[in-house]
Amino acid sequence: MATSKKQVDNGVNVEALLGARKALTEAPEGAKFQWRATCKWVYGTHSRSSIHGYFGLGEEHKHKTEFTFEADHPEVFASEDKGAAPVEMVLCGLASCLTAGVAAVAQHREIQLRSVSATLEAGMDIQGILGIDSDVRNGFDGIKVTYKIDADATPDEIKAVVAQSQKRSAVYDIIANPTNITVEVS
Amino acid sequence: MRTTTLIIGAGQAGLAMSRCLTDRSIDHVVLERGEVANSWKTERWDSLRLLTPNWQSRLPGFGYEGDDPDGYRTMPETIAFLERYAEVVAAPVRTNTRVKSVRQSDDGYQVVTDQGDWQCQAVVLATGACNIATVPALAQAVPAAINTLTAMQYRNPEQIEKGGVLVVGASATGTQIADEIHRSGRPTTLAVGEHVRAPRVYRGRDIEWWMDAAGVLDDRYDEVDDIARARRVPSLQLAGSVERRTIDLNSLTAIGVKLIGRLAHVSLGDGKAQFSGSLRNQCALADLKMNRLLDRIDEWATENGLDDQVEPSHRFEPTEVEASPPLGLDLNSGEIRTIIWATGFRPDYSWLDVPVLDRKGRIRHDGGVVESPGMYLMGIPFLRRRKSSLIDGAGDDARDLSAHLASYLHRAGRS
Ligand SMILES: Cc1cc2nc3c(=O)[nH]c(=O)nc-3n(C[C@H](O)[C@H](O)[C@H](O)COP(=O)(O)OP(=O)(O)OC[C@H]3O[C@@H](n4cnc5c(N)ncnc54)[C@H](O)[C@@H]3O)c2cc1C
Repeated sequence: MATSKKQVDNGVNVEALLGARKALTEAPEGAKFQWRATCKWVYGTHSRSSIHGYFGLGEEHKHKTEFTFEADHPEVFASEDKGAAPVEMVLCGLASCLTAGVAAVAQHREIQLRSVSATLEAGMDIQGILGIDSDVRNGFDGIKVTYKIDADATPDEIKAVVAQSQKRSAVYDIIANPTNITVEVS
Repeated sequence: MRTTTLIIGAGQAGLAMSRCLTDRSIDHVVLERGEVANSWKTERWDSLRLLTPNWQSRLPGFGYEGDDPDGYRTMPETIAFLERYAEVVAAPVRTNTRVKSVRQSDDGYQVVTDQGDWQCQAVVLATGACNIATVPALAQAVPAAINTLTAMQYRNPEQIEKGGVLVVGASATGTQIADEIHRSGRPTTLAVGEHVRAPRVYRGRDIEWWMDAAGVLDDRYDEVDDIARARRVPSLQLAGSVERRTIDLNSLTAIGVKLIGRLAHVSLGDGKAQFSGSLRNQCALADLKMNRLLDRIDEWATENGLDDQVEPSHRFEPTEVEASPPLGLDLNSGEIRTIIWATGFRPDYSWLDVPVLDRKGRIRHDGGVVESPGMYLMGIPFLRRRKSSLIDGAGDDARDLSAHLASYLHRAGRS
């Protein structure tokens, strides 16, 4: 009922998302997306990745501008620290994906957000990447995300928004579940 | 052979519909590939009891008459109950008659069976929602040395080799089977994906009593927020037992069952199984959902002045998840000897030659009224109400759909 709707504005166009969901249920081919990145080695452990084009809704698209990301390793790795470490960029991806989800789910549930902040911590034993101990994996031994959310909702409603955001998050799924990776040299 | 209406399937759905058609003097026949209550006779494990209490199995013109309304029927009792119902309503059942094809004909439907062909004007599909045990595609990569069986093939722990067991799926079926197998001395690991937690007893009353009284089970398909989603919600983690035990992930952990994330991948060849890192969130979602149900029950209790007749409102301990649940299991190590797929059931419509299936193989229908005129569907989750797939849901759905069917026959001028 449009008349009883609270004035909630988290800046997410839920109507458009629900419209897309309905349209893509009827035409599932359009739901097939491809995301892309390119990466150029600069020097040392420093590299620069760019994001521009992607495919979806049956056609090619371009972001409004090309985005570039510098990545390097910190000085304790004897690097020059010209950008965030790639593992840190993974945390950014997870944080941004979950946070976008929080805003969207809150909008859909008519919960006004006032502030949302997340702190991410991921442990890693670098004996793995250094090849010291083959029983230690290269990646994180776990990721902890802590949200601080100020919103017009009960604590349980806020928890439910955060839980639903995890359930629908692409990056959460990418990290929590295995994905086949093919790396080729052309 | 000819009749006005054919009902396919003699479970509670088909029998309730038969009773409603008889009440309306609509000529009909019930075709059943086995015997009355075939699914309960042939597709359930030995120790299973209904998770719905005795009083709750109400069918049109029939209810519970015994002295243990709060008990839970065993399988023999459930079968006897449905057999008795078929007798009481004098359902015209043709047993051992398997439907091999249903197709449209000039004046209705032609139904081919292994006992001859039928022509009818209307047809009710009451063949059940649980004909096939769903097995995930990754099962193909499971090493050959591991015994695998579905929840539909499972009968009792003695059927299974001694040694470790992995039960995949933690809804009503998976949790009950994990509980029974682990207690039989076979160390059990339970892979947990999406699930719905519910206590057996809340504020001194059966949870089914609350859901019935507060109208939760009567929520209608055309009034819930997202019916597509509601139809996919897994079964409540509930079990029927003499002691009225709650079986949930905490009770399983307490007896030593190991919880692990959703089975995500098995690599072909080396038998390494990988599990999702989402266990904590799956449990958080289920705890929050349970608490929303209890909130609704509490509100209803207050509105209806029940607060001083029942025990006080309270909340259950959150589901306990160990700090770092394992993410991998080597299926070749010998630790796991058997895998049981408790990953859900789905209907079989391979005999249905009418173009009413969507791309996922589900029948397109509006509350059981199938797109093809004169065709009706029963017994699937949330068909018309939350209780539609329960024994107790067959009655209201049969009453509604038989009314629609009668007016269809009337409009078609054929009754
Ligand atoms: C493990 C399990 C436990 C359950 N526990 C409960 C519970 O505690 N309480 C509750 O209320 N509900 C419970 N249910 C849900 C539900 O009540 C049952 O699934 C019930 O069997 C459904 O009844 P039905 O009449 O819709 O279908 P069914 O009982 O499956 O009946 C369908 C009939 O159609 C016949 N049939 C199928 N195909 C053909 C064909 N081609 N030709 C002729 N005949 C055919 C079958 O032989 C069968 O007899 C449970 C379900 C399962 C799987």
